[in-house]
Amino acid sequence: MKKIKWLIPTIYIIFLMLPIYWLLNMSFKTTTEIINIYSLWPKDFTLENYKTIFTDSTWYMGYVNSITYTVFNTIISVSAALPAAYAFSRYKFLGDKHLFFWLLTNRMAPPAVFALPFFQFYSSVNLFDTHIAIALSHCLFNIPLAVWILEGFMSAVPKELDETAYVDGYSFGRFFFKIFIPTIAAGIGITMFFCFMFSWVELLLAKTLTATIAKPIAAIMTRTSSTSGYELGLLAAAGSLTIIPGAVVIYFVRNYIAKGFAMGRV
Amino acid sequence: MNKTLNQKAWLFVIPVFVLVAFNAAIPLMTVVNYSFQETFGSNVFAWEGTRWFKEILHSERFHASLGRQVIFTFIILLIQLPLGIGIALSMPKKGWGVPVCLILMSMPLLIPWNVVGAMWNIFALPEIGFLGNSLNSIGFDYNFTQQSGDAWFTTILMDVWHWTSLVVLLSYAGLNSIQPAYYQAAEIDGASRWDIFRYIELPKMKKVLTLAILLRFMDSFMIYTEPFVLTGGGPGNATNFLSLDLVKMALGQFDLGPAAAMSLIYFLIVLLICWIFYTIMMKDEGRT
Repeated sequence: MKKIKWLIPTIYIIFLMLPIYWLLNMSFKTTTEIINIYSLWPKDFTLENYKTIFTDSTWYMGYVNSITYTVFNTIISVSAALPAAYAFSRYKFLGDKHLFFWLLTNRMAPPAVFALPFFQFYSSVNLFDTHIAIALSHCLFNIPLAVWILEGFMSAVPKELDETAYVDGYSFGRFFFKIFIPTIAAGIGITMFFCFMFSWVELLLAKTLTATIAKPIAAIMTRTSSTSGYELGLLAAAGSLTIIPGAVVIYFVRNYIAKGFAMGRV
Repeated sequence: MNKTLNQKAWLFVIPVFVLVAFNAAIPLMTVVNYSFQETFGSNVFAWEGTRWFKEILHSERFHASLGRQVIFTFIILLIQLPLGIGIALSMPKKGWGVPVCLILMSMPLLIPWNVVGAMWNIFALPEIGFLGNSLNSIGFDYNFTQQSGDAWFTTILMDVWHWTSLVVLLSYAGLNSIQPAYYQAAEIDGASRWDIFRYIELPKMKKVLTLAILLRFMDSFMIYTEPFVLTGGGPGNATNFLSLDLVKMALGQFDLGPAAAMSLIYFLIVLLICWIFYTIMMKDEGRT
């Protein structure tokens, strides 16, 4: 029994790693080798593809752009969601339940629906092709999620904590920043993880709202594939590099995932 | 928790309200606006009333893509939920295995969606992809760009690869919150493995599973980028899901009126299903 238990996650992880390995494998091959020879590892090992990406600014700026708007979005989403989640978890107020559900409905709107109106709207307020436009548009689905997750974490904190602090003479602001936020640090970590994740992986809106200056790396990849034929090796290298920021973020929140998650919506 | 009545709480909610309204209400009104009109290019519009809605609701094309979408989402939920829970149950609870599992399993979640599509495309190509080549060499006639069955298989496998980990992470967190005392009590009572799962683990995971089901339903029902890159909706219309069809209509043919009407119907379907599900789950919670 004990041995079988290890087997299931192991098989699952191997299944997860296979396509990633294949991508890495291709990124170290030349495009000619990819098309002509089927091999499980690169026969003619090359770093050319990576060199192209790190020396060509249209390529590497794509990564800078993507990281920039993702970080903006995470900061905006979490800082707006913190007070709101506190209000939902502690107070009753006019229309609170409806508002909460309305927020969630925005997570349910297919991004495809919003692509065109977003383009027109952000163009009309002169934000087209800026990082902040993408960061703001991603709030559409990240803020509802952030409020929902944070509300769960905050509801798990007993109200006596607030009351004791007020009795001790803390002002609301001091209580919120000095006591409350450290208490739910794990929850904030998880929320940031989710915001980063959904903003980093989204392409449709990011692509619609940009032309050249703020173009995300994922959109640069689609353009390259259509103009200069299929540069498979280069594409594979670019794709492999998009995995790194995510992996770094997971590394930092790994302890929160293990411990903190449980405190949340449970 | 008993909450105090405090109308000033609205002040805390205002930033969120403004940001989301700014992003949702204005574009949504644009869509509503289009859905009742006909465009003749160069910003000339004519009032069409509910014509587009009637047309969409009666069109074969809409029925077909909605049908494909429903089947796809259903299969996805059917595979990912039991699989995710099963993997979470068999994951180590402590030791070095925990961070290794968590980090490796989260990886697919953090890869941009079109990279996922491209990655699976080169992974599944019959000649040069590992999956395609292996399947063909053991005797299957596999080609996802030509045969619709294979295209479905590949799309579903890709989604399972991409999203099962979300269910695993959420279930794992739910399982971790269970106090050891529950298990000790179950052991004293001589409960079977199934009883432990049914009466201790499953109820404790209810909230995270609600979240998992809602997220998986919404995202699989709105799936766009991955199948767009992997199959482009093909071969023929075999994997032409609802949002692929919508974008084809809106940006490809520039039929803004019908596309807007379809968007609204689409949105209302998602909303309705989520509302029903959410209400049932919340009502249940009120009782216990």
